Order: sequence, then C-alpha cells, then structure tokens
Amino acid sequence: MVENRPWLTVFSHVVLCLGVLVTALPIWIAFVASTHPADSMLSGRTPLLPGGHMIENYATVLGSGVRAAGSIPVGTMLWNSFVMALMIAVGKIAISIIAAYAIVYFRFPLRRTCFWVIFITLMLPVEVRILPTFGVVASLGMLNSYWGLSVPLIASATATFLFRQFFLTVPEELAEAARIDGAGPFKFFRDILLPLSRTNIAALFVILFIFGWNQYLWPLLVTTDEGYYTIVMGIQRMLQAEDAEPAWHEIMATSMLAMLPPVLVVVFMQRLFVKGLIEQEK
Amino acid sequence: MAGLEFIGVRKTYPNGVQAIHGIDMAVADGEFVVIVGPSGCGKSTLLRMVAGLETVTEGEIRIGENRVNELEPADRNIAMVFQNYALYPHMSVFDNMAYGLRNRRTPRDEIARRVAEAAGTLQLEGLLDRRPGQLSGGQRQRVAMGRAIVREPEAFLFDEPLSNLDAKLRVQMRLEIKRLQRALGTTSLYVTHDQVEAMTLADRLIVMNAGVAEQVGRPLEIYDAPATLFVAGFIGSPAMNFLPGTVADDGSGANLDGVDRTLLVAPPASAGRGRIMVGIRPEHLEPVSREEAAMEVVVELVEALGADSLVHGLLADGGEGAAVTVRLDGARRVAAGEVLSLAVAPNHVHFFDPDDGKRLA
Repeated sequence: MVENRPWLTVFSHVVLCLGVLVTALPIWIAFVASTHPADSMLSGRTPLLPGGHMIENYATVLGSGVRAAGSIPVGTMLWNSFVMALMIAVGKIAISIIAAYAIVYFRFPLRRTCFWVIFITLMLPVEVRILPTFGVVASLGMLNSYWGLSVPLIASATATFLFRQFFLTVPEELAEAARIDGAGPFKFFRDILLPLSRTNIAALFVILFIFGWNQYLWPLLVTTDEGYYTIVMGIQRMLQAEDAEPAWHEIMATSMLAMLPPVLVVVFMQRLFVKGLIEQEK
Repeated sequence: MAGLEFIGVRKTYPNGVQAIHGIDMAVADGEFVVIVGPSGCGKSTLLRMVAGLETVTEGEIRIGENRVNELEPADRNIAMVFQNYALYPHMSVFDNMAYGLRNRRTPRDEIARRVAEAAGTLQLEGLLDRRPGQLSGGQRQRVAMGRAIVREPEAFLFDEPLSNLDAKLRVQMRLEIKRLQRALGTTSLYVTHDQVEAMTLADRLIVMNAGVAEQVGRPLEIYDAPATLFVAGFIGSPAMNFLPGTVADDGSGANLDGVDRTLLVAPPASAGRGRIMVGIRPEHLEPVSREEAAMEVVVELVEALGADSLVHGLLADGGEGAAVTVRLDGARRVAAGEVLSLAVAPNHVHFFDPDDGKRLA
C-alpha cells in the first residue's frame, strides 16, 4: 500500500522514536552506571554519560564478584546460566520434536488423547506446579545440580504443538516416497524430517534459550549451593545486600553481562530465526 | 521385469466405505496400462495398493510370481511417480535420485553410474547439484522420473504425474514418458483423469467408475465399442450425445424422443421393442440437406477451435429439446440460431439398454 500522507508519516515516526527511547534508555543508563565509581550513583544525580571506571568495574564482577552478595564471581554464574539455558533449549527441542513425530506420523491407540493431554499442560506453567515439582526434584536428589535446574523445565507443550503444525504441512507424499525408497521410520526422521525442520529448530532454539536464560523463580528454589547460582537470580541477591548500600555500579555491570548472551544468540541466529518464522522450505 | 496381476482385489476403508469392488485382471510384462476414471472412482487407491501404501482388504496382488500383499513398499521392487513429484526439498537432484539406492546399500560407483545414465536419458546432466526448488516444473517432473528409473524396478507406478504441468509441457512430457517406457520396456501402471493422456499413452485402458472396472481394452476398441453408458460418456471429447428413444415397430430403426423422423439404423435384435438409449459421437454427425437429414438441431453456441468447431444445440422438433453436440470442420461457419440438418454415420451409432446402461449387441 503506497500512501502519501506526510503527517501520518511524521506521526508514526515520532511514535516509533518514542518507543525506541523508552526501550533503550534504561539500558543506556545501566551501561552508564556500570562505568562510574560506586558513589556517583548514590549522589542523587544520575549521570548520563559514561564514566572512566568501566574496565575496573567489569574486572571486579567477573573476577571476584560483588563482595556484599557473597563474592560469587559473575563468570561462574554466567556459565551456570548458559549451561541451564542450553540444556533447557536442547532438551525441549529434542523431546518435543520426537513427541510431535509420534503424534503426526504414527497411528497408535489414544493418539488424540495423548495430543490433548500434552496440549492441556500448556495451562500448567512451572509456577502452578512448583511445590510438587520441587518435591519430586528434591527426592530425586537433584537439588543443586544442572539436572535439577533444567529437567523440570524441559517438557514443552508449545514446542510440541509448533512441530506438530509444521509436520502437518509436510506433504504426505514425501513420507510415502521415502517409504518406497526404503527409508524406515528412523531414517525418514533423520534424513527428511530433521533437515526440513532446520529453520524451525533454529527459531525455537532462540526463543527457548532466552526463556531458559531468564528463569528466575525455579533456580532460586533449587539452588542453595553458590556454585550453581545463575546470573538472573544472582543479580537479585546483590540487591539484598545487608548492612550496606547496594553496589549499583557493580550490579549494573553484572546486568550488562547478563544481557549479553541472549543478544549474541539472537544476533548470530537472526538469519535462520527470521527464516524459520516466515517461510517454509517445501 | 515382470507382469502384474489382480485377483479379486477389494478395498474397504475402516469407516466402511468400499473403494474397490473387486478387480480381476492381468498386466502383461512390459505393457503400459492406464487406469482412467473420474475423481473418487478408486483409481488412485488401486495404484496405491500396488505400491503398498494402502492395504488390500481382500484378494491378491501379484508382481511377477510373487504375492505382494504383505510386503513393504520398498520390498515390492516398484517405483512411483507422484502427482506433486514428492522430491526431497533439501537434497540435490543427485541425492534425490540416489537416496533409494543408498538405502538399499547399492555400491557407490554403481549409484553414480545409474544416476549419470538416468540423467543422460532425461537431460538432467547440468542440474545434478541443484535443489528441486531451483528447477522448473518440467525439470522436477523429470527428476521424479529419474528417481523411478534408477531403481530399475519391475514396474513403474504413475499417479497423475502430469496434472501439475501447464498444457504445452504436458503434451511434451506425455510423449517423453511414452518414449521412455518403450525404450525401457518396463511394465507401467498409470493413473489419470485426463482421457487424452489415457488414449495416447495406453497399450491397454482400464475405465473405472465407483470402484468397478467398467471396461478393459485397447484405447480404440473402447472408443469404438464402449461397453457401458458410463464408458461411452467418459471416453471421447466432447462427450457422446445420448438420445433416448423407442425401437421402431418393425425393428428397422429407432424413434428418438423429440425427432419426427425415424433414425434408420437398425438396433440389435437383443434390444427388443421397448425403450432404448442411442449414443452418437459429435464427430459422427454430418451436416446434409434437409431431405437426407436424420435430425435437425437449432444452434445455441459455437466453440470455434480452429481445426474444428464444436456446435452445441437443441433438437429442433423436440418437446423437451435434448441437447446435442456436433463437431464440424473448422472452415464451416455456423451462427447461433441457425438450424443444422444432420445425418448420422450408420456404422457409428451405439445402442444401450437404458435400464442397466449396458451396450446392446
């Protein structure tokens, strides 16, 4: 649609610019704060230009951690978050793609029931079932472990549903041609379906990685060992420093670091991500 | 290579719908048999049963000497070409053709040799590295053919392979398929709803309707002597004209409803003296002078195709005015509203029993 209404153009640009400002300003302030010494954030006037302590602040959080929050190096927490997010994303994709394959391509008793049961679990997010889940994880002895952090979050109705929808769009003749070509169920899955789902998997990976990275409540519950703290819950602990002013400069530096991996994942997988959302190779 | 045999083959779907009502026939080794019929007549189901993609409810399908009812598609030694080609979109043309061979653990150099050979036959040499998405419709069709050829199967199964192509390409590919099948001499079963494809490709034709093989025969046999009203109406384009009437008292002709004069072609004795259905193909009606005419038709609409013109009209003296189609020489100009006097080629009049639709002979 080509329209020539100059005021509409100006108006929509103003709205867009405001939107960008609202989103970007907090990030900018966080970045600026992470480059100032401790006292400039507490002076009552928020600086808007970067200061000179950037390297020092980042070195502190990465190396020795924030002293008031137990001095856990941010590097450790980043690594924990990364492992957890990766395990959740990979696990979710692996389980849901297999589940969807079974539901779409195999006739077995109660197939529809299985699908609807999976679908209904959409209504039960972690927060709702958190106590029983905690009980199960605790009695399995998975507290304070990567398994405990990730396994309870792996089952995914959303991903199963997305893969099911994608598989339904794959022409039936492809499966039949593969059967005639002598490909059994496993070969068909590996040689045909998996490569065709590549872009979908990539898109889902990005979304699920960020989902995993941003987990807050669950890690807070299952980890008491500092060695398994994740970055998102770590930031929260820094704010609760007792008998001290929050070390804003270091907290902000940690926040900046926490934001980095999801951004990198999006940037590097952007091409595949967009492709997976809009087009389907068929 | 081997022939194919259907023995009392029936198919009933789990929901109780009966798709095939008992097919008995044999396809000779190297024969090209076309199954033709309207949508939903069971022709694709029959083909898919041969391929092993549908189970056989009753009866037996044999490929060569072997009963194949219980065999997996891959073990039946057949190759199938699908309507939408069903090429693997993420594989190159080479891999598409080689995939089935690799699954059968064919040696690498043998695969390369067979694919190169098929690519040569089908003029795909320069395209082996491309993906199906980068090919034109005709090229994809050829890759699908290539995938079938490299298997060196006992039988080719074609499921409406040309219906996704444009008209010109369809004619071209039709010839190529015929040529290829001749050269390879592989038994072929070909499903289509297009009767031109059916007539041109087939050594033998199976006309199917509602799960029953109405007639099996050589294309021209079927054209010249259709066994039922359905076959008569389905084979031949434009379709045969059907005019109901009564056998004349002395049996020397038929009084068509809505025509004053008697059609002086004697129906076979088996017709008796009652009602009868007369079938005349549009190409067997010929404009003549009023005196010689067997019927008169008021022209409603003319479709000029160049080489010939299709004239659609109504019987002139008719009460209910049965519709009649005539194929005329293209050079002849006819206008709507004109009255055409038509004579009938006596050897080309078909008589059918109006009750069971069977041909009277």
